[in-house]
Amino acid sequence: MDHILSVLVFFPAIAGLLGFVVSKESIRAYGLSVAAIEFLLSLWLWLSFDGSYPGFQFVEVLPLIPSFGINYYLGVDGISLFIVVLSTFITLIGLIALNVEKDLKNMIISLLFLEMTMVGVFVALDAIVFYVFWELSLVPMLYIIGAWGGNLRIYAAIKFFLYTFAGSLIMLVGMLVMAYLYYQATGVWSFSITEWHRLILPENYQIWLFVAFFIGLAIKVPMFPFHTWLPYAHGQAPTIGSVILAAVLLKMGTYGLVRLPLPMFPDASVYMIYPVAILSLIMIIYTAMVAYAQEDMKQVIAYSSISHMGVIVLGTFAMNPEGIAGSVFFMLSHGIVSGALFMLVGVIYDRRHTKLMSEFGGLAHVMPRYGTIMGIMVMASVGLPLTMSFVGEFLSLAGFYQVSHTMTILAGTSIILGAVYMLSLYKKSFFGEVTKEENKNLKDLNGKESMALWTLVLVTVWLGVYPKPVLEPINTSVESLVSFMHKKAITKEAKEVIKPKVIEREAE
Amino acid sequence: MLEPISVSMESLNLGTLAPMLVAIAGGLGILIIDLIKKDLDKTLYVMLSILILVVDLGAVFGQRIGDRGFFDVMLIDGIAVLSQIVILAASMLFIPLALTSRRFHEFSYPEFFALFLFMVAGFQFMVASDNLILIFVGLETASLALYTLIALHNRERSFEAAIKYFVMGALAAGFYVMGAMIFYALTGSVELYKIAEVLEAGEFANMTILLVGVSFMIAALGFKLSMVPFHTWTPDVYEGASATLAGYMSVVPKIAGFVVAMRIFGFLIQSDVVWVRDILYAAVVITMTLANIMALVQHDVKRMLAFSSISHAGFVMAAIMIGTTQANSALFLYWIMFLFTNLGAFAMLWVSRHKDKIWHDRFDHPYEKFSGMIQIKPVGAVIMALFMLSLAGVPPFSLFWGKLYVMSAAVNSDYIVLALIMAINSAISVYYYLKLIVYMFLKDPTQNEGTIYAQNTSKPLQTIIGFSAFLTVFAIVAVDPILEIITTYVQASGF
Repeated sequence: MDHILSVLVFFPAIAGLLGFVVSKESIRAYGLSVAAIEFLLSLWLWLSFDGSYPGFQFVEVLPLIPSFGINYYLGVDGISLFIVVLSTFITLIGLIALNVEKDLKNMIISLLFLEMTMVGVFVALDAIVFYVFWELSLVPMLYIIGAWGGNLRIYAAIKFFLYTFAGSLIMLVGMLVMAYLYYQATGVWSFSITEWHRLILPENYQIWLFVAFFIGLAIKVPMFPFHTWLPYAHGQAPTIGSVILAAVLLKMGTYGLVRLPLPMFPDASVYMIYPVAILSLIMIIYTAMVAYAQEDMKQVIAYSSISHMGVIVLGTFAMNPEGIAGSVFFMLSHGIVSGALFMLVGVIYDRRHTKLMSEFGGLAHVMPRYGTIMGIMVMASVGLPLTMSFVGEFLSLAGFYQVSHTMTILAGTSIILGAVYMLSLYKKSFFGEVTKEENKNLKDLNGKESMALWTLVLVTVWLGVYPKPVLEPINTSVESLVSFMHKKAITKEAKEVIKPKVIEREAE
Repeated sequence: MLEPISVSMESLNLGTLAPMLVAIAGGLGILIIDLIKKDLDKTLYVMLSILILVVDLGAVFGQRIGDRGFFDVMLIDGIAVLSQIVILAASMLFIPLALTSRRFHEFSYPEFFALFLFMVAGFQFMVASDNLILIFVGLETASLALYTLIALHNRERSFEAAIKYFVMGALAAGFYVMGAMIFYALTGSVELYKIAEVLEAGEFANMTILLVGVSFMIAALGFKLSMVPFHTWTPDVYEGASATLAGYMSVVPKIAGFVVAMRIFGFLIQSDVVWVRDILYAAVVITMTLANIMALVQHDVKRMLAFSSISHAGFVMAAIMIGTTQANSALFLYWIMFLFTNLGAFAMLWVSRHKDKIWHDRFDHPYEKFSGMIQIKPVGAVIMALFMLSLAGVPPFSLFWGKLYVMSAAVNSDYIVLALIMAINSAISVYYYLKLIVYMFLKDPTQNEGTIYAQNTSKPLQTIIGFSAFLTVFAIVAVDPILEIITTYVQASGF
């Protein structure tokens, strides 16, 4: 099937439109089947994907505004493939566990539109198409947070929208400058990302453009000074909103870093390693400390999620295959683990309508199944070996170790701090005696929830024990990306820092 | 003893006047029909007006580009034709908004439609000439008709609006005449191309006087285009006028004004001697930013849209300031995209217009009115949200492509700071557009009657709203062909 990417992008959107017709009673089944089909399609994409070929596959090009070089240009490589699968997977899992009564139809339709934009961002290879999906993804999320959220939902929704929108407009100016530079160099207009990759720019241009792109992407990640929208968004969003936000939407930022500024501006990226690394370190350590100070379970997880995103950025800026492949893998594991954690908090919130840790205690007695899954996921979040996070976190840090030992050691504290706040969360809420009367009769996980959560546990452990099927295609693409960057770099420092050679990882 | 003037019909080249004559004759025809038979229905007049505009459009297409005529005062170049097409298309789309289900008395007067056609003719004169006097005549014809149209709405605020607009317009006309006088004093001509020639030959001597003239012109056009600080009339006039006319005012007079501004400032900007570029740069930035900030604090959607249209006008003036072919094409692309979105947005307001002020004792369309609209009238809310997102520049809706192209034109001419200012302004503007979306989607409804949002609805109005929503969503497909046509026309007239 040549147009599988287009199908993947537009199937949920068309399904969303048709969803307006489906009656309110059956909309849940409709949403589930659409998400399941979409997930199967993405699995098909994975199966027909050639893991040994590093370039873009399933490429589709269709001119949109030829005179201005804008094409409908899609393609997928090892880096984006699994994030696409992650998006469809998380949407499906989120829909299985969905626990919304109010306006269910609107919710499901917006989720389907959101799915379109998520898949679209990850398969777009034209900067404008990328930008279109990137911006469009804000709209359904705005509605999801704003309509089903907590008391401050409107404030949180608008803050979310404005932050990302403002940042991405700066990125848009960067894109326009880039297109103009391309035009000057070649005499043709083009917004194609792969064409842009081939453009070698002088270093000072690179730095300015890097800054423009970085601001847009960093707000989405969210990097340290711009991170303030995220705790609000998570705090107010309904469970499904938080799950998708943490699992997929944040990955747009880190994915964008790998796709856009790194190969486009290798010298500027190297030049910026330390500033970016310092920001990431602040993000890792500071938000971990903030997480420990929270009283609300969801806020703990929100801040821990920011903290882990810092490790992803750090790994990306290691500029060697381990770091980048590790950070791409960590994006997936972060998606699954933080998605699961938000879902778990949602479970208890649905039962007690509070997320304060002080309200709980001894939950493991009352809800053993819930306690087990929470335990596994807490361990995964901390980075216990044999879980998915360990692979990602380890590789990211190992990659950055080649750049700076001290900084990596500092970043390594994230694991220790992570253990501190996650385990204390677990201790406060799950161990000890059941102190509150209301907690004594809480129902354990129901079928829907168990199904969704156990699937996530399975994936976490499977890919923690045997990451090869996923890691290998990622590695293939990342290695070619890094050697490309090495070849393209013009400054001496960049040539030294960007190391395309692979250090033997497995004794084969 | 004066020489007898002998003019041959051929040298007059009346074909250049044909489109305007069609509109004027059509207006007179409507008045004659009224003389013969009274109390004809408004549907007749609306359809007649559309037909006359169609003939007018045919006459425009029949013109040869590069023609001059009627004592050489008419100039048919690419942008004249292009802007006439936009003006006529916009007029054809706005006039059916008169077909409301509720009765608004101004539409029962045939004079309304006659005046409307005279106004269209005025705008056509404005864009199809480079003679300062004829531009003035066109401007005044159009403006006088427009004042009357606003006053015909016959509410307290409409009179206020009309008078405010009239006074401001008279002041602007005064400025215009003063500016034209100075140009004439400096060069001995009222023809723009001759003015340019003489000024260039004289190497822009008398800079001070020239600058005074330019300032008068900027003030005059600033009033018409509602640039800050000459914008103060805009929100009140929009509020007082019916939503149809407010929407019309936000699109058509401005495109005419932009063309005049292109003609007057074009050569001055290119010369780089006078500080027109710098003055305009400042005006553009101030217009975009201040209007945006003022829009943030409005309580009424129509007033918000008024400020937003000021800000959009500032955005587009930037294209005139940049002055490259790409920028001038971007101007037209932007305005065509803006036309459809704004048509839709104002039509939505018009549909929901209630004769009594039931939500607020001052405003017709306070934000609270749209509270929870998604639950009462989901389709209407989604469509309105589309228009708001498009105005905010969220891709892939129509206005995004206009913004993209204007910003690209800025970047390509090394105005990266300007492009960043535009980006930041777009980010600010999102807030007030989102505010309406927040009210519609995220707040609880205050009442349960869906009909309240469709007071004036009728088949023609729904068609127009659906049409503009369709174009807003699928603009991407239209951008390339439109851009190609625009660029051809703009290049043909040497801008």
